[in-house]
Amino acid sequence: MSNPFHVVVCASIVPDPLQTLEPVTGQTGPGLKNEMMLPAILDPWAAHALYEGAHLMKQVAGSKLWLVSLAPRAKLQQVMMTVAQKVPLQLVAVDGPCGGFVDAHHTAAALANAIRKIEGIDFSRLLLFGGWESASRSAGVTLQLVGERLGIVDQFQGVDSIKPQEDGSFEVLERIEGARHQVSVCAGPPAVLGWATGSLGEPRNDPQVGMLNMRAIMPALQRAATAAPSADGLQYTNVVTPKQQRDTKIVKDKTADEIAREIVQWIGQE
Amino acid sequence: MDTILFLAHTEADGKLGKAGLQALNAAVELNKTLGATLVVGLYGAEIDPAGNAIANCGAQKFLGVAGPEFAQPRYATDAAVCEALLRASTATIVLAAGTSRNARVLAGVTQRLNGCIDTHVTGVEATSGSLTITRPFYRQRIEGSVARTRRPWIILLDPDAYTAWQGEAGSIQVQQVECSVPEALRRTTVRGIVTPPADQQTIRPDAQLLFVAGAGWTKKQKDGQVHVGEAETLILDFLKYSKASLGSSKSLVDLTGENQTALRFMSHLNQVGQTGASPRHPKGLSTCCHGEEPHTVGWRFIAERRAINLDPNCGWARGKADVLYVADAFEVMSKVNALLGSK
Repeated sequence: MSNPFHVVVCASIVPDPLQTLEPVTGQTGPGLKNEMMLPAILDPWAAHALYEGAHLMKQVAGSKLWLVSLAPRAKLQQVMMTVAQKVPLQLVAVDGPCGGFVDAHHTAAALANAIRKIEGIDFSRLLLFGGWESASRSAGVTLQLVGERLGIVDQFQGVDSIKPQEDGSFEVLERIEGARHQVSVCAGPPAVLGWATGSLGEPRNDPQVGMLNMRAIMPALQRAATAAPSADGLQYTNVVTPKQQRDTKIVKDKTADEIAREIVQWIGQE
Repeated sequence: MDTILFLAHTEADGKLGKAGLQALNAAVELNKTLGATLVVGLYGAEIDPAGNAIANCGAQKFLGVAGPEFAQPRYATDAAVCEALLRASTATIVLAAGTSRNARVLAGVTQRLNGCIDTHVTGVEATSGSLTITRPFYRQRIEGSVARTRRPWIILLDPDAYTAWQGEAGSIQVQQVECSVPEALRRTTVRGIVTPPADQQTIRPDAQLLFVAGAGWTKKQKDGQVHVGEAETLILDFLKYSKASLGSSKSLVDLTGENQTALRFMSHLNQVGQTGASPRHPKGLSTCCHGEEPHTVGWRFIAERRAINLDPNCGWARGKADVLYVADAFEVMSKVNALLGSK
């Protein structure tokens, strides 16, 4: 195929899902208890976007891939030690807070500024990738806002597949209600694709790829611009962990027949 | 005084969907509390049936854009039409359903209008003329209330957070709003919808019961062997008899992706929890699940919960389910299927 893509993946970091999250209120608003101490990972759906972007780069010769990440620099560096071993990438880092309570509008502005400054990027070939929702703010709005700031009017969310065509167009599968997919064909880039899980597994760690990536990642982290969030009329109240504890009745002494009857009766109750 | 816009796309029949009617109910209630002006904005291939069906909702004005170019859920045209309706309404607050079509486009519209947006909203409250919404963060592990001063404020309500609006139909004249669609907005063409064949459709959003299958179904059983084929039959038979919707824990779906022995009908679409769906069903039955708290947030909107597991300390059950049956799920589900099949 002779229509290379310039893929920019927006991906931040989130606390490892196995960590207990406890909200606390500080001087700048709500946050997580010991937030800077929590082990972090690349945001799961954005990670899928990164793997799909790398796969697309292999499929379409001449394509390029950038990872644009807004996160506290020290935490991002830790996460990149692992991510860098997955796929070849060029990092564009922005140093700033990335928790769930930071307003998406400011995050989008900082990301759009960083993307505009990427050297050698061709915006007519741009595919802006990311997760359709983060595991922190979980709003599913940042990519759209970045896309609008870059003037991109072909956008897709909940994407599970992209298939480039010979004529430069591509087919996209988006998740919609009822476990169905909407099939669209876009004439070509620029476009925004907010990924769901896609269809690729997590690539194995490749230390050689990691070493090559890290040569450029460390300087990129040092060059990271700073993004300062602003509340801009946003106010949080009553940030809590939902009460989910139930008084579970443990049934140990019934036969399979008795349990089955009880379950069937329960299912049939209005 | 605030102007509230209830913004909705119509379905293929020109009417509002269930989620749209739920958002309308929220808009009507909020309008009463705030003493605001309620405006309805509709768009789609056809809008008159929807307008007439909600003629008596109390709206002061009905705005609309109709035409074949708005039949397709496509970002470029949907953003243009939503922008036009928002500008025409001069709304300060916009309520819409969190459908995939709205979720795809409305954040982009806020950018055009220098507004702000909140999604996955589960509650809207106005006290002393001040509006607050409630929404989850960190994939439902934290919940918070949010107030904003910037306007317009677009609020996307999660489906089933409110009951659907009900009222007498009538006849109204929808005021048409101008929205041009130049060629640059037609670069994307929607080709259609891919639906799994009926016998393979395991996700049923309207089902009374969510059946969650965990990785235990693919592990060695008490005879030291794995019984994946039997597990598949048991689960599919149960779905057939009970008309339940199938959910899965992350670990089982990941097995499928890693080409390990796994259930063939299981995909990432079935996954519930932190990186999956958050389905809402009246009842939930978890089987052979295990896991930490983050993976069980998929239970959050399930009202009555029961679990079957050989481990009495199962993470999906202790403190999360109402009843935990300590038993072999293969054995129990086989008996359940026999009972349901004989009915």
